[in-house]
Amino acid sequence: MPDTRLTDEQEALRKTVEEFAREVVAPVAAHHDETKTFPYEVVAQMGELGLFGLPFPEQYGGQGADYFTLCLAIEELARVDSSVAITLEAGVGLGAMPIYRFGTEEQRLQWLPELTSGRVLGAFGLTEPGAGSDAGGTRTTARLEGDEWLINGSKAFITNSGTDITRVVTVTAVTGRSEADASGTGKAEISTIIVPVPTPGFTAEPPYSKVGWHASDTHPLSLVDVRVPAANLLGERGRGYANFLRILDEGRIAISALSVGLAQACVDESVKYARQRQAFGAPIGTYQAIQFKIAEMEARTHVARTAYYDAAARMLAGLPFKKEAAIAKLFSSDAAVTNAREATQIFGGYGFMNEYPVARHWRDAKILEIGEGTSEVQKMLIARHLGL
Amino acid sequence: MNIVVTVKQVPDTWAEKKLDAADKTVDRVSVDNVMNEMDEYGVEEALKIKEAHGGEVTVVTMGPAKAVETIRKALSMGADKAVHLTDDALHGSDALQTSAALAKVIATLSPDLVITATEASDARGGVMGALLAERLGLPQLTQARKVTVDPAAGKVSIERLADNGYALVEASLPAVVGVVEKINQPRYPSFKGIMAAKKKPLTTLSSGDAGLDAGSVGLAGAGSTVVDSQPAPPRQSGTIVKDEGDGGVKIADFLAAQKLI
Ligand SMILES: Cc1cc2nc3c(=O)[nH]c(=O)nc-3n(C[C@H](O)[C@H](O)[C@@H](O)COP(=O)(O)OP(=O)(O)OC[C@H]3O[C@@H](n4cnc5c(N)ncnc54)[C@H](O)[C@@H]3O)c2cc1C
Ligand SMILES: Cc1cc2nc3c(=O)[nH]c(=O)nc-3n(C[C@H](O)[C@H](O)[C@H](O)COP(=O)(O)OP(=O)(O)OC[C@H]3O[C@@H](n4cnc5c(N)ncnc54)[C@H](O)[C@@H]3O)c2cc1C
Repeated sequence: MPDTRLTDEQEALRKTVEEFAREVVAPVAAHHDETKTFPYEVVAQMGELGLFGLPFPEQYGGQGADYFTLCLAIEELARVDSSVAITLEAGVGLGAMPIYRFGTEEQRLQWLPELTSGRVLGAFGLTEPGAGSDAGGTRTTARLEGDEWLINGSKAFITNSGTDITRVVTVTAVTGRSEADASGTGKAEISTIIVPVPTPGFTAEPPYSKVGWHASDTHPLSLVDVRVPAANLLGERGRGYANFLRILDEGRIAISALSVGLAQACVDESVKYARQRQAFGAPIGTYQAIQFKIAEMEARTHVARTAYYDAAARMLAGLPFKKEAAIAKLFSSDAAVTNAREATQIFGGYGFMNEYPVARHWRDAKILEIGEGTSEVQKMLIARHLGL
Repeated sequence: MNIVVTVKQVPDTWAEKKLDAADKTVDRVSVDNVMNEMDEYGVEEALKIKEAHGGEVTVVTMGPAKAVETIRKALSMGADKAVHLTDDALHGSDALQTSAALAKVIATLSPDLVITATEASDARGGVMGALLAERLGLPQLTQARKVTVDPAAGKVSIERLADNGYALVEASLPAVVGVVEKINQPRYPSFKGIMAAKKKPLTTLSSGDAGLDAGSVGLAGAGSTVVDSQPAPPRQSGTIVKDEGDGGVKIADFLAAQKLI
């Protein structure tokens, strides 16, 4: 069983991000949520603090920490604002990480120093209007013409893809088909290709109107005769599917951390409120019905945190971690949604008012059971590990 | 520039502060402790001066063993080295004794500039800078909202916060400068900074190492004694002014009564 205790340095970083979240993120979170604006000034300061470089070596502008430390930072940010936390999670986990993991030295040196500084953002375009959970159903195509890829297709729900500082979107595309099988179609060969932003033909369409994550940037993408150099192929041709599965396995641990942050925020807010809100002549926190709710919320959060710590520790120790990552994501996203619902209940009518953070947490929670693999997909993965 | 910055570990600003029932000293055991918030501004200013003029920043603190966390924070922000004066015998020292001890340590570092914050959030004496300047025989500039050093001319000048504006004050180096929160925006330590801090030199001194007489420090030898204490009275409920056409006047009267206008 790998050790999940934090080192002194990880604890120091966690504390720093906790302070940063309280002093820099919290004061503007409600404003950006209400106005649905991207918090450029917060992201810039996160960049200065080195958060976008956490899991990367120093030669690429990174901080030389690891993926677990990144997760600790994501959890602390999510205790205050999920939008800011997902901006970091997607920027690092989906934007920079594929280039670090699968890129050539040249590609790493071209993109990572900027991405790890947080001055620019990267995105990962996998999901399509007709292919989400079943990402093998990708329709976007890329054809090699001379020394260029010619890309056509569209992507849906892509985080960080349309900000003023977005400079790169890595997309998956069908680059060929295996020998025609009996059905005559052949299996799609999927590859990953780096698309610099801007590139003619690449457009981030107007942002979605979302239920939550209002200050996070999400767009549909359209790619019409987009041409990029052949050298922009990321990783081996035809390995795109395997590569993004690895990225998604890691990403689940990070989304789990984000979920734990939100679940914890709901506990903290509820404890404060239950102490102070009076009903029937006493603080509502003196009633066992409320106490039990909060006790269950705390228990859920604790178990969820333990699950992601364990998955992260296994990953860093080089042990298999797919199943543990799926369990952590499944359990903690459920904990986040449940805690947000209970916190809203504890706040009564005020819990339904946007000016209270719990209302925002409630709106921000649901996506956690959908993004980076739905809860059903996590269950499929777990069942597969059980030989079913 | 050889810059010394003093930092103090204090009970968390957000926590309820208590006195130890037995000896009436600040309870530093049962609470989370943090760097005195205003000292973060002192560290930041020292780092900025170093970045502009080169040199070295040394952090000095007197406090229990746990105060090393505060030292680490200053080192992760970018300070170069630290001296930690710590010893059970120092427990309960008053401001006078603390200043004697700190001055003794600081003198051995021969600084060009000593930076303190204006006050620590626990005892809130607001006296340490002045005591240190006196003991070190250095000029002191207080309430600085801006500091400019001119190493070539051997001068430091500050904008001293005043009731309605600021005063320009200067002194020859070496000097003691006390800063206020308006002066800058302290940086957060990065992970790289946190890792680097582990390798920076930290000197831990007992009172004996620092050359202090056993009798001159600690609760027993303190010149001032806490005789009694009362918890702060609960905050009073606010005054509600009903506007009957004279709301403005009533508010002005209220502010005047509080000596705010
Ligand atoms: C009720 C009471 C209880 C006390 N209990 C204790 C106790 O339990 N243990 C104990 O050690 N002292 C105790 N003291 C003494 C107190 O810490 C001293 O008054 C002294 O350290 C000065 O602190 P200040 O907060 O008044 O400093 P201020 O004059 O307000 O501080 C100004 C600046 O001086 C610097 N500075 C102050 N103190 C230090 C320090 N120790 N190290 C480095 N820089 C410093 C900081 O930069 C600070 O921002 C107690 C004092 C009182 C009034
Ligand atoms: C705000 C936001 C940000 C996002 N950011 C990104 C991003 O940056 N990059 C990116 O590539 N994608 C992103 N996504 C897409 C996200 O990953 C997908 O929405 C998600 O994977 C689900 O895919 P889908 O929407 O196509 O749903 P579908 O796959 O159509 O699923 C619909 C429902 O059917 C269930 N289902 C599907 N297959 C099965 C099965 N075999 N058995 C049982 N149930 C099944 C699903 O669990 C779900 O409940 C984002 C989405 C949102 C909302």
